[in-house]
Amino acid sequence: MTVTDTFSTPPAVTAVKVKKRFRVKRETLIDHLILVLGALFMLFPVVLTFMTSSYDNLAFAKSGLQFGWSDQFFENYERAMFETSGFTGAIDGVSMLTNSLILGFGFAIGKIVISMMAAYAIVYFRFRFATLSFWIIFTTLLLPLEVRILPSYEVVQGLGLGNTYTGLIVPLIASATGTFFFRQFFRSVPEELVEAARIDGAGPVKFFIDILVPLSKTMIAALFIIMFVYGWNQYLWPTLITTDEGMFTLVRGIKNIIQSFTDSSSVPEFTVGFALTTITMLPPVLIVIFFQSWFVKGLTESDK
Amino acid sequence: MAIVSLKALQKIYPNGFQAVHGADIEIADGEFIVLVGPSGCGKSTLLRMIAGLEEITSGDLIIGDKQVNDLDPADRDIAMVFQNYALYPHMTVYNNMAYGLRNRKNSKESIEKSVREAARLLNLEEHLDRRPSQLSGGQRQRVAMGRAIVREPALFLFDEPLSNLDAKLRNQMRIEIRKLQRQLGTTSVYVTHDQVEAMTMADRIVVLNGGNIEQIGTPDEIYHRPASVFVATFMGAPAMNLMEGKVATGGIEIDGIGLLKSDHKLDASSNVSVGVRPEKVKLTTKANGITQPFVHDFTEELGAARLVHGRLGDKPFVINLHQEDEVPTGDLYATISPDMLHLFDTATGKRLS
Ligand SMILES: Nc1ncnc2c1ncn2[C@@H]1O[C@H](COP(=O)(O)OP(=O)(O)OP(=O)(O)O)[C@@H](O)[C@H]1O
Ligand SMILES: [Mg+2]
Repeated sequence: MTVTDTFSTPPAVTAVKVKKRFRVKRETLIDHLILVLGALFMLFPVVLTFMTSSYDNLAFAKSGLQFGWSDQFFENYERAMFETSGFTGAIDGVSMLTNSLILGFGFAIGKIVISMMAAYAIVYFRFRFATLSFWIIFTTLLLPLEVRILPSYEVVQGLGLGNTYTGLIVPLIASATGTFFFRQFFRSVPEELVEAARIDGAGPVKFFIDILVPLSKTMIAALFIIMFVYGWNQYLWPTLITTDEGMFTLVRGIKNIIQSFTDSSSVPEFTVGFALTTITMLPPVLIVIFFQSWFVKGLTESDK
Repeated sequence: MAIVSLKALQKIYPNGFQAVHGADIEIADGEFIVLVGPSGCGKSTLLRMIAGLEEITSGDLIIGDKQVNDLDPADRDIAMVFQNYALYPHMTVYNNMAYGLRNRKNSKESIEKSVREAARLLNLEEHLDRRPSQLSGGQRQRVAMGRAIVREPALFLFDEPLSNLDAKLRNQMRIEIRKLQRQLGTTSVYVTHDQVEAMTMADRIVVLNGGNIEQIGTPDEIYHRPASVFVATFMGAPAMNLMEGKVATGGIEIDGIGLLKSDHKLDASSNVSVGVRPEKVKLTTKANGITQPFVHDFTEELGAARLVHGRLGDKPFVINLHQEDEVPTGDLYATISPDMLHLFDTATGKRLS
């Protein structure tokens, strides 16, 4: 923005204006310098991980992280994805990726469905204590999983849901944040729309599916991005609830993989670990990129 | 197409506020009824009770030959047009109109047929694939009309459908709506606070005030025989001139002005309010039996007419002169002929005689 502003100043300018123009330019330069440095600072470890994952283990053992490119790229990635490992040999990269995707999607979709329906009930149905129940839901923001982890574990184990996807996902999906955002959004939908739909013969379920859900799609996309990444990066709960290696997610499994690679050969297989780390980072990035364009499109079409 | 009757309809909101105090209206088949009144008088409330969007506290609502008090809006055989159009933003114009029919499980072909027919009637044929956000205000209003038409309801309900449009478009849409309604012959109830809309569109006008019906009548009756001081001053721009006085022999004795000639048959010395429409008064330079001295303050030019503001005695008084009639110079007199006076009981505000 500022850059184009600088150049759109008319060419015929007085001395004062030249000075001013120069100052603006220098400021932009500094702004950009800071941004570029920041971006490099954030990106550098990622790039380093990626590059190191193309070397063989010996190079890493000898001289640490590598800044360059070598010939072991495909081999490392193949081993990271397909070589079975772990104590029982029941797990490879592909099955961990599958588990992670199930957790990520289950978590995000579950959260969106639950919070949308909760917000729908709170906003559109006059029942006693609606406001009270909203605030009760809201206060659960103060009780994240980490605070209630022991009782949650007890309940899930008691129900025999340890080492199941249900046990992995369901305790995580009640969402005060999502409910809050959807509530705010639904309240901004004009009252007349509900009335028009009632006259058009749409009952509560039809109104929800035919009108409210399509109207909320930008909201859904935004929450999906956040929730998917959040679910993907879950560590503590999966560590606790999955003891069976076949249920491991990527985030949970990287450490074990490196350990077991280390055990099984003379040189620790760290570069394979780097390959797996890169794979772990990829899906959230793809989700953000994919949904962001969708999200922006939804915003600019300005539906409401 | 149906006869609609409202029998002693009352609305008390949950917070205890009584918005409608017993409304009785009989609407004939195909009639165009306009509810008019100041803001907060209960027009929307009454309309929404008819639509089924607001519960009826007591009374009977009959559409056709069915009592519909407890029916859902969708089962009342009505269609409603809202002020802000209330179109479904994510649906095309076609789907906006078709949605209600789909919910009624009409066949695909019959839906297609009714929507195309409505689109033709409303000049929306090229826009069927557009979203509401890609339409102008007037076009959106037409889509809202179309959504009402395709249902072929027994009753149309309109809640200030034109107030979001600019003045020119409003005049045009006013005529279009009325033409369409005549063509379809559907009974209609139309809410507005715009008296021009009320006067020009209505078969009969219902004037509401504070949740009470002040008068039901044709535009002509409302204008020329207002039933109360409220109706007299609410309808008509500029508003009727109103003066307080006492009945005397041969006229009304106005405080601070003098005797206004009138051939009334009222009891002497009762308190009355006297109204006279600004356009029924003439300005002259010669005094006679039915004139009052008029002090000229200023004039507003309206093009087709001019409003002469001044005073009778010490009371403000407006005269609406036709554009050809100049304001004379010199001593001025307002000619108020006895048969142009509207007399109201000061205590009750009701029309006398
Ligand atoms: N849900 C409600 N609860 C309590 N009072 C209400 C409610 N809705 C409306 N009212 C009151 O009822 C009265 C009539 O409201 P209504 O909306 O019918 O007015 P209106 O004649 O349509 O006015 P306007 O011309 O401003 O639209 C108002 O005094 C309003 O404050
Ligand atoms: Mg209203």
